[in-house]
This record gives sequence, C-alpha cells and structure tokens, in this order.
Amino acid sequence: MNARFALAGCALLAFGASVAAASPEEDRTAFVRTFQQRFPGIALDDYVHGGFMFSRASRSHYDDIMAFPPFLGDIERGKVLWDTPFRNGRTYAECLPDGGRNLAGTYPRFSAAENRVITFEMLLNRCRRDNGEAEYRYDDRATMGVLTAYARSLSDGMRMDIKVDGAAALAKYEEGRRLFFRRIGQMNFACSNCHLDNAGKVMRMETISPAVGQAVHFPVFRGGDELYTLHMRYTRCMMQVRAQPFPAGSEAFNNLEYFHSYLSNGLPLQASVYRR
Amino acid sequence: MFVAWVAVAATSSAAAADLPGRAIAHDQEKGNCLACHRMPADPGAETGATLGPPLADIKRRYPDRAALRAQIWDASVKNPATIMPPYGRHRILSEAEIDLVTEYIHGL
Ligand code: HEC
Ligand code: HEC
Repeated sequence: MNARFALAGCALLAFGASVAAASPEEDRTAFVRTFQQRFPGIALDDYVHGGFMFSRASRSHYDDIMAFPPFLGDIERGKVLWDTPFRNGRTYAECLPDGGRNLAGTYPRFSAAENRVITFEMLLNRCRRDNGEAEYRYDDRATMGVLTAYARSLSDGMRMDIKVDGAAALAKYEEGRRLFFRRIGQMNFACSNCHLDNAGKVMRMETISPAVGQAVHFPVFRGGDELYTLHMRYTRCMMQVRAQPFPAGSEAFNNLEYFHSYLSNGLPLQASVYRR
Repeated sequence: MFVAWVAVAATSSAAAADLPGRAIAHDQEKGNCLACHRMPADPGAETGATLGPPLADIKRRYPDRAALRAQIWDASVKNPATIMPPYGRHRILSEAEIDLVTEYIHGL
C-alpha cells in the first residue's frame, strides 16, 4: 500500500484504483469522477459555486447577493492599489505579461531555477520588490487581500491551467497532496475527510464544498464583507480542526495550493465571490 | 393519550436540558456534537448537520451505556475511517466530561 494513503481510510477506498501510479491528471480525473458519480446532474463548471451548487434555494441566495455585491468597495480599493504607480513610475500592469490579464489561472507554477512553487500573490510581491517597494504580508487584507481581489478579476473567465512538468515539480505537488490527505490536529481530520469524503453534507449550518472548484474563485468575502484569500481559508480550516495552522504565504501552503489548484484544471476562474 | 405523550416529551427534554452534559456536548469549544449530529429529542439543539447520523432512540440502541461511552471516547475503534473526533483518546474532553456527555446522550 502506498504510504500516503495510510492515514486516509476513506480516500483509500475511493482512490484504490489510482494508488499505484497517481499522476496529477489521474488524481484530477479520480476526484472529478468520484464527485460526478455522487452528484449526478451538476455540471462541472458549477463547482465554482462550492457549497451553493447543491440546491436551488442556496444558489438563488448566492445569486441575489452577487447581483449587488457588498464588497465592491474592497475591489475598488484593490484597483486603486493596482493603478497607483510605484515610486519609480512603473506599474503592476507593466511588470506582468499582457498587463496581468488571463494570468492567474496559470499559477501556482513551479520554478525550476528556484526549486519552489510560485503563487500569483508571490508574483505580485515580486513586482513590488523588483521595483523597490516593500513586499506585502500575505495575510494583510487591506493590502495584498484587496490587491489580489482586483488583480485576479483580470483573469475572470479564463480556464484554470496548472502544469506539473518534471520530477522536481511533481515532488512539490506530492508534498501538497500529502498535506491534503494527512489527518492532523486534535480533531484528527484531513482536508480530504471533509472536502472529498463528505462534500455535500452539512456541518452545523454549512454545506461542505467539493475540493474540485475551490481554487478558482478566491478571494471570497465571507458574510459578504470579510475577505479571505485562499491561504487564509486554509488557515481557518486548520484552526477548525485545532491543528497548528501554517501561515499564509508559507511553503507548505504554496505546495498545497499547487496540488489543490491542479484539481480545478479546466474550470473557469471567478475572483471575489460571496460565501456564508 | 396525545396529551400524555406531549407531557412525557416535555418532561424528558426538560430533564435533558438540565443535565450538565448537555452544555458540554453543545459547546463549540468542547463536544461540538451539533456540528455533525442532529438531536431530534432535544428541541433546543439547533443544527442542520448531516455529517453524522441523528442521535435518536439511543437508550434502546445502546442498552449498555459503556458501549455508548466507548463510541464517544474513540469512534475509530468501530470505524477506523471515521470522521468523528476521538474525544477520549485525543483528550478533547476529560474523562469526567465524557461521563456527563454520555449521560446526556443516553437520554436522547
Ligand atoms: C471538519 C471539516 C473540514 C476540514 C477537515 C477541512 N475543511 Fe475546509 N471547509 C469546511 C467547511 C465547513 C467550509 C465552509 C463551507 C464550504 O464552503 O465548504 C470549508 C471551506 C473551505 C474552503 C473554501 C471553499 C469555498 O468555496 O469558499 C477551502 C478552500 C477549504 N475549506 C480548504 C480546506 C483545506 C485545504 C483543508 C485541509 C487543511 C480543509 N479545508 C479542511 C470544513 C472542513
Ligand atoms: C465531525 C463530525 C462528528 C462530530 C463532531 C461528532 N460525531 Fe458522532 N458520529 C459521526 C459520524 C460520521 C458517525 C457515524 C459512525 C462513524 O462513522 O463512526 C458518528 C456516530 C456517533 C454515534 C453512534 C450513532 C449511532 O447511531 O449508533 C454516537 C453515539 C455519537 N456519534 C456521538 C457523538 C457525540 C456525543 C459527539 C460530541 C461529543 C459527537 N458524536 C461528535 C460524526 C461526528
């Protein structure tokens, strides 16, 4: 038996067939197949709606709020940060290919030169660094949070397109994958226990979203006004299971995001959405 | 007959509401059982949870209270792939708290 499944019983059952040689593409299709068998009739593109995809009532609640999003001010503040030139006169749009359009869906990427995973948020910070500005903290809603809310919206509609090429990239992907399936914390949960095994079920009042589709719609605004980047959401789930969370921007989360984003390959990006 | 049933239901839930184990079971920092279980016999137990089975008819299904306690202490003994937290084994609750929760759940 493959060691990475040793602690994830349910995942083992669901993924028994793919244990021997789980390439990223085999992982993704196994996740998708599992969900589509469990939730027949829900189009894959609807997975971007997470917990709202399961019922008409909750979906129309979501649509009502998205018709007049209470968080437009935050996105506007992000646009101001985006448009304001660095002190050397250059801008994010000049720093990034194609002005930063249709870019977020190709991140995280593996950098062979640095032997590490680079996220879209790291890319924004590199623009700052290379232009003589201080980097933003990855858990700061007022700077990186709103900046990424706007910057990612420039990729709305593009399809997620994550690549894992070569052994070194695969090693980072596998590291992220191991974290996803590892039981952690006092509550003894793996991410997979909730977002694979129990997607669609209700935890207290919240319907648990499937792992496929989670990475394409961040940041989210919980309750309509509280911004969470993807890493901040990871932190929150780890705190819920009473595990010592990794910080936003940590290498552990970058690798997790690499694996997690690959699962959403082919799905349309939609930045800044409402969540309960 | 109907009146009598209502009266019994009211007394038993009032009795359950008085048990010290109830607060521990419902507290999100303690048992947090409502994250996963509905408790149809306790009208004050507000949750929409479907992660675990509703806790109902417990006395009949667990005539042996020790078996109920064992389930709460470490659910993975019965089901190694369970998502129910191992309250005793991971010391999420103290032994005394588990006794109190068992008493409350047994009455559901
Ligand atoms: C005990 C169950 C549980 C565990 C374990 C868990 N989560 Fe969650 N997670 C939730 C719930 C409940 C929500 C809120 C409802 C939803 O959107 O899924 C959530 C939300 C999320 C979201 C946001 C989904 C969205 O559409 O906004 C992401 C991303 C996420 N979790 C990732 C993770 C990762 C990564 C792990 C492992 C480190 C993890 N979760 C572990 C229960 C869990
Ligand atoms: C994260 C979800 C979760 C939490 C929290 C949880 N349980 Fe469970 N529980 C389950 C699941 C799932 C089952 C079904 C059996 C299994 O998978 O182990 C279960 C089964 C049970 C059973 C056996 C039910 C039956 O019909 O035989 C009892 C009793 C029980 N839980 C009590 C509790 C108590 C008491 C608490 C709080 C102290 C609690 N549970 C907290 C998920 C949970």
